[in-house]
Amino acid sequence: MADRAPTAGTILDVRDLSVEYLLEGGIVLAVDNVSFSLEHREFLAIVGESGCGKSTLLFAIAHLLSPPAEIVGGSVTFKGRNLIRLTDEALNAIRWKDLSVVMQSAMNALNPVKSIGAQFKDAMRAHGVTSRQEIASRSAEVLKMVGIDPVHLQSYPHQLSGGMRQRSMIAMALLFTPELVIMDEPTSALDVVAQRSLMVQIKELQEQFGFAVIFVTHDMSLVSHFSDRLMVMYAGQVAEVGSTRNLFDSPAHPYTAGLMEAFPSIRGPRQALSGIPGSPPNLTRRAEGCWFAPRCQKVFERCHAERPDLYPVDGRQVRCFLFDGTSAPPRVAGEDEGGELT
Amino acid sequence: MTTAQPGSADLELTTEPLLRTEGLTKHFQIGNTLTRRRTLHAVDDVCFTIGERQIVALAGESGSGKSTIARLLAKIYRPTSGEIFFEGKRISSLRSRHDRLRYSGLAPMVFQDPFASLNPVFRVSHGVLRGLKLHRPDLDSKQQYEEARRVFDVVGLTPSADVLDRYPHELSGGQRQRVGFAQALAMRPKLILADEPVSMLDVSIRIGLLNLMMTLRDSEDVSILFITHDLASARYIADRLIVMYAGQIAETGPIDEVMTNPKHPYTQLLLSAAPDPRAPLGVDAETDRGEPPKVINPTPGCRFRWRCPIAIDVCHSITPPLEPIADGHEAACHVAQSGAEVKAFG
Repeated sequence: MADRAPTAGTILDVRDLSVEYLLEGGIVLAVDNVSFSLEHREFLAIVGESGCGKSTLLFAIAHLLSPPAEIVGGSVTFKGRNLIRLTDEALNAIRWKDLSVVMQSAMNALNPVKSIGAQFKDAMRAHGVTSRQEIASRSAEVLKMVGIDPVHLQSYPHQLSGGMRQRSMIAMALLFTPELVIMDEPTSALDVVAQRSLMVQIKELQEQFGFAVIFVTHDMSLVSHFSDRLMVMYAGQVAEVGSTRNLFDSPAHPYTAGLMEAFPSIRGPRQALSGIPGSPPNLTRRAEGCWFAPRCQKVFERCHAERPDLYPVDGRQVRCFLFDGTSAPPRVAGEDEGGELT
Repeated sequence: MTTAQPGSADLELTTEPLLRTEGLTKHFQIGNTLTRRRTLHAVDDVCFTIGERQIVALAGESGSGKSTIARLLAKIYRPTSGEIFFEGKRISSLRSRHDRLRYSGLAPMVFQDPFASLNPVFRVSHGVLRGLKLHRPDLDSKQQYEEARRVFDVVGLTPSADVLDRYPHELSGGQRQRVGFAQALAMRPKLILADEPVSMLDVSIRIGLLNLMMTLRDSEDVSILFITHDLASARYIADRLIVMYAGQIAETGPIDEVMTNPKHPYTQLLLSAAPDPRAPLGVDAETDRGEPPKVINPTPGCRFRWRCPIAIDVCHSITPPLEPIADGHEAACHVAQSGAEVKAFG
């Protein structure tokens, strides 16, 4: 199930993690047996549609879930300790110091009635930094790192533009130079220019300080040039995981291929696109077979009867019967996609 | 540039476009008398046209004035100066309730956030039928229901009878945005003002909405003002492109011409910022850290000059007018107008 075995360089190892939501309408298995590991300094992107469980997965890793969500199985090993078993106290010591989270909407994540500097101070004091001078100098330092003038420590969130708010969230996440920064769609509220410059900046900071990044987004094109590895999620499961370049050059899972064809290009010939027909499955109804079968263009009989496992295909893992080595000859989508598009 | 050129008046009478703006300007007063009263120039002296059965993309960053233009066209705001002509008539002259209602039916708006723009306590049929009652009183209630079903079918909400009976929370984001288009379509519009209609949607369902907008143009004969910051989706559906920067038009023209041959440095910046996994990322790609200016009490000069790597002296003193560069292709850039090659970004 795991895409690779943990090694000495592994900072985070997620094993068979499952999360359920207990709702009136039934139990929703939002994260279904997800395993992956992350090396030091690695940039992992997780992509998928709304409701595929990507944000729930992040929250489970950071141990931020609250009822009705519950972790029902698996482990999250961060630097050798299973976060799921840790007490709140032990978790608090790790959070922000070793592992920080950048939330999706900076407008909602920042406190509107406190200045940016006061919010930085809160985070630092919570971790035992009490020297005013130290707080002031570190706050100014991280703000400079993300390209914001330190005078904005006195600013309130509403006085900053969307891009600056997102940057100050990232600055706050870097207060203690953590080893892992988890980002949940940090750029989705920004326009393209701000988005691009923020991505470049995240990458630069990552190279400079050597932290690992888990970056969640629904826009695959955004991470194409920034992430080392790409994990595509569908219906709470890993659909495909492998090196980013590899996946972009030759998507194997029909869902990955569909996502690749879902956005128009800025260059080259204009071609009609169809996106992915249908909508994501209702996770309370546990139908037989592959979750993606109802929307899949390459569906065959077996897909409706059995659930596919993750199968290794040239350096990646793919959850599709086309690649289990027994069914139809495995084809990598890139090879025959050209013909279908004309 | 605020008045039509002499001599062309006769021609314009015969080929009056669906919508035309002349020197459209919207200023907001900010601050109060206790502090200092200042003027924010949200839209400054903007002239453009939208033809029949045409999708015109209006692109630019947040704060460039795109949404203000949509609101001016929808008569939500009253222009500070300038005029909007719809089918040759000044829309400021529409005074009676009847005329205003007719105009808002001919040019309805589709909003950005499909989660906030539908009333959660009513079934989705409510919004469509209400629009029909107001704008098409000639139909009896049975015909109105039939029409509601027809527009739901057109926008791909099938089975329409079933979808009409649902509540907004039972629909996905993409379906809700289709309801927005169905509501607009029910009024028999000539022009749909779509303010970032796909930016809140998942990438995988955006394309369906873009295809829908093309269908509306081709089979329902509506024009669409498509406001976006994503040039790739603009290119996918639009016929013409208007690039806005800080309340002014930076560049405009047929979309293929502008995108293959961008003349304004800002258009080049937007193009280079669009994520494109199919192209390799240039390692020396020009990165721009700037932000669009808040245009408060502006002084003359090009508004892009602070971020422009190729700005020359004249850019700091004279605001460049929008002038033709090639056939139908206009740009407001001193460097481009001097005939020099513009290569600022990308």
